[in-house]
Amino acid sequence: MTATPTPAAAESADLQIEEETTAIARKRHNEAKAAERKLGLLLVSPAVVIMLAVTAYPVLYAIWLSLNKADLRRPNDNHFIWFSNYVTVLSSPIWWTAFGVTALITVVSAAFELALGMILAIIMHRTIVGRGLVRTSALVPYAIVTVVAAFSWRFAWTQDLGWLAPKGSAPLTSFWPSIGIIILAEIWKTIPFMALLLMAGLALVPEDLLKAASMDGASAWKRFWMVTVPLIKPAILVALLFRTLDAFRIFDNIFILTSGSNNTSSVSMVTYSNLIRGLNLGIGSAMSVLIFITTGIIAFAFIKLFGAAAPGADPGGRR
Amino acid sequence: MQPATTNRKLMWWGINILVLLYAFVPVFWLLSLSLKNAETLNDGNYFPTHPTGASYQAIFQNDDFVRSLINSIGICLISTLVAIVIGTMCAYAIARLQFPGKAAILAMALLVSMFPQIALVTPLFKIETAIGLFDTWPGLIIPYITFALPLAIYTLSAFFREIPWDLEKAAKMDGATPYQAFRQVITPLAMPGVFTTAILVFIACWNDFLFALSLTSTSNARTVPAAMSYFTGATTFEKPTGPIAAAAIVITIPIVLFVLVFQRRIVAGLTSGAVKG
Repeated sequence: MTATPTPAAAESADLQIEEETTAIARKRHNEAKAAERKLGLLLVSPAVVIMLAVTAYPVLYAIWLSLNKADLRRPNDNHFIWFSNYVTVLSSPIWWTAFGVTALITVVSAAFELALGMILAIIMHRTIVGRGLVRTSALVPYAIVTVVAAFSWRFAWTQDLGWLAPKGSAPLTSFWPSIGIIILAEIWKTIPFMALLLMAGLALVPEDLLKAASMDGASAWKRFWMVTVPLIKPAILVALLFRTLDAFRIFDNIFILTSGSNNTSSVSMVTYSNLIRGLNLGIGSAMSVLIFITTGIIAFAFIKLFGAAAPGADPGGRR
Repeated sequence: MQPATTNRKLMWWGINILVLLYAFVPVFWLLSLSLKNAETLNDGNYFPTHPTGASYQAIFQNDDFVRSLINSIGICLISTLVAIVIGTMCAYAIARLQFPGKAAILAMALLVSMFPQIALVTPLFKIETAIGLFDTWPGLIIPYITFALPLAIYTLSAFFREIPWDLEKAAKMDGATPYQAFRQVITPLAMPGVFTTAILVFIACWNDFLFALSLTSTSNARTVPAAMSYFTGATTFEKPTGPIAAAAIVITIPIVLFVLVFQRRIVAGLTSGAVKG
């Protein structure tokens, strides 16, 4: 308030001033709100424009390309062919093998990562000595370049060269050992990420609750399953969702470890081969769209089936 | 917590050592490969018997590698800087201001972060060749910024929500101008979050392989991870193990330094944006 009435002022005048000031204040408040809206939209616009320009537009372009014959080796033969590219891809055994391999890697590595990530999370949360040391070293696999780690595993399993390779055999030249090593590389790299998300959940479990359960005679194993797991279920589901989507995109590890030989290609790998090596943009785009749709289905299934709340999905809810 | 007995401490040290082995065995294996000499390279031993720096000498005399190292550093630093500036603006607005469309922006950021990057390779390749961005720094910087933005927005807005903004008002009441209040009260509180996010964004850009591989064709913009996959040995069938291992160690050093120095911040950054009930 700008005007302070003197004790001598008449009561009616006092009221008058008060009414006027509230009117001004309300007007100012509305103006301030409009200005705030404007500033807000201004501040977010660069981020929105970039994200839209680099993802939304190319996705539409990919959908258009996927409906065309677009082969860079025969540029004069490009025309609209409806869904022929999709028919070609979906009736190709190469695509389905890659799809199966990707699904297998995704499911197996997500399962192992959850179990091992939980163990690492508990170690980082509970250790009574050298906590900083453990957390620092656990960050190394997370932060290291995937290609670097993949080369380490590749050399380790290369005949004669590697310290892990059994004498006289080359595990990266046959299907099942290759898949096993790809999964190992994937798990090694992403356990820490899983563990950190789970640790954030563990930090929210009230110590008193665990103590109470312990006094009631619950064993550590029982406390974990009956108290901790239900409480950190949201953290588990979010971590699983992120990792499943991430694992489905697997590319770097396979490219370095096997280059897709012996049918070890993932869907991202076959798409890459069609695009960059085969220069067939139509087929490549159709595969891109199919991967995009599959990712959408996985995310939708997680949210529908398990009710996994995406982080930040309700803005302001945490304010 | 019960008082820690010597036995329990010993048990935890044992467990900690297992974690250390898990984290460092593959890294030290590369280090030892990079130090092995030509005669002992294929002996299959974990440790080098006659350590030598020859592989490091070889890669630093290789123009393609030096060029790719410069590309990696330049492209990742620029991408990080731009993503942080744009991300900070956006996150500040989301955390502090009331305006329509907030939920839509967060949903879009989430979508982008879950996006299969391979789905972008085809159209970006086509668009970038058409407008002359293919095999240039901006040609990689633009997609890097895009995929760094969701990470930056989520992490920063989580940090910004924790800042006691009333302090700004208090400073103004004490006679500070709005600029002074922002510069001297809010900036020091916000900087750790911004800095942490910058580290996470840099690590993410540094790690990229797919874009570096598909949107470049020469050493003009090729970054180290992509260049490593193109290293050629004496024959085309043979991968030059020593130099690849040395290059791998070179690009791992900054990462390990980050982790050693900023462990607490990285953990806080990774967990803040993600799970809060």
